[in-house]
Amino acid sequence: MYSCSDLKKGLKLLIDGDPHVIVQYDFTKPGKGQALYKCKLRNMITGALFDRTYRSGESFEPAGLEERDMQYLYQDETGYVFMDMKSYEQIPLSEETLGDDKYFLIDNMEVKILMYGERGIGISLPNFVNLRVTQADPWVKGDTAAGNNKPATVETGYTLQVPSFVEEGTLIQIDTRTGEYATRVKE
Amino acid sequence: MEVNWRLAKKRPVLEQRARILQQIRAFFSSNNFLEVDTPHRIPANAPEFYIDAVASEGWFLHTSPELCMKRLLAAGYERIFQICHCWRAGEEGHKHLPEYNMLEWYRCHCDYHQLMQDCEDLICRLCENRLLHWQGQPIDLTPPWPRLTLSEAFSRYSPVPLRTALANNQFDLIIDRDIEPQLPADRPLFLYDYPLEQASLARRKPGSPDVAERVELYIGGLELANGFSELNDQNEQRQRFEQEEKLRRQAGKTPYPTPQKFLDELAQLPPSAGIALGIDRLVMLMSDTHQIEDVVSFTPGDL
Repeated sequence: MYSCSDLKKGLKLLIDGDPHVIVQYDFTKPGKGQALYKCKLRNMITGALFDRTYRSGESFEPAGLEERDMQYLYQDETGYVFMDMKSYEQIPLSEETLGDDKYFLIDNMEVKILMYGERGIGISLPNFVNLRVTQADPWVKGDTAAGNNKPATVETGYTLQVPSFVEEGTLIQIDTRTGEYATRVKE
Repeated sequence: MEVNWRLAKKRPVLEQRARILQQIRAFFSSNNFLEVDTPHRIPANAPEFYIDAVASEGWFLHTSPELCMKRLLAAGYERIFQICHCWRAGEEGHKHLPEYNMLEWYRCHCDYHQLMQDCEDLICRLCENRLLHWQGQPIDLTPPWPRLTLSEAFSRYSPVPLRTALANNQFDLIIDRDIEPQLPADRPLFLYDYPLEQASLARRKPGSPDVAERVELYIGGLELANGFSELNDQNEQRQRFEQEEKLRRQAGKTPYPTPQKFLDELAQLPPSAGIALGIDRLVMLMSDTHQIEDVVSFTPGDL
């Protein structure tokens, strides 16, 4: 069982018999009062989104979903297609199921797919993924302040803030948990 | 390794934070407050049901400098302020950190109405054009700021009456879910006169035995400061601590020791009022930053 202190973005819980994932999480405590754990949850079967606030003392059942090692193959009209690395069976995941994780998929990438029976209902990505910058403003000579930033777009179409020295063609590492720039990759 | 970019890009806000701290010190010095510096590691905090302290070799990191500061008041220091880190176990969210920076100030011979004026004076000193822009919302800081009692707030915004909410243990939930989101966004607001059970160190309001003279300042929906007219009745304070401890034990929480020297010296405390203001949240407001982690140099996760 999980307690309130285990709640965080990405945690999967069983609620009313269905697996749910926490898509947004915040802790708050009005005044000198009681701790409130505010979650936005997505029902992983129906896709329904809703808010729920929990109070300390409540407990939660883990979703207990089976995870299968799979490889990302390609995107087609059925969605994003993955292949089970043991059975070679192929399954599609919808764009809606993947959410922003779709931006961090590279061909042949190995991921874990969460299964509900024979249906893929979620994905666990590696914590870091390397993607090439396809569009960014050039580095202005003389801009040496370490904290300056600018937007850049990577090969999957994802846009994020990067340090000013990152240019088109640079391979960068992105933290898939936060979607933020981590570092440049030496090639 | 390349430069820690997450840290490097915080420079503008960390510079603003430093200026704010300098201005706060200048404000209190010019009002004849003495800056004090009390120990962060103490044998006992004020026992409060909903506040968990971090243990440190048999003692505790302070959850607020309140007890030591009131002992200073009781010893005749009439106007004091402190800027220090405080620790509260398990509190981490977009406006909470388990280690955070607090400003507290105390005055003798006044009550919580004076604190409300102090807040207006301090914030207007920090924002001389009396206008803040917070998450797309302009906030007019022209004093005096609107004031609303808890009982007015409940009758205006809550689906259930105040006493029902208290009886059903829904007080905090309703404040968070129904009241805070409906407070006017374009002006600061003082919520005041809390139910007695929600203010374990505050004085009873004369003539209203169920009400404590406690005030909370909200700006832009952020709860920025919490203060009260200080309870200086030794016996009543002892009983309230015992009540909080009883609740802690019943809920299976770690029992806390009684702050004995504080209780002993409370008899010497003149009529006083004191308030705590979250520095990190103040910097969030003044720099228009949504996440508390973006206004401090390091969070626990960065260490």
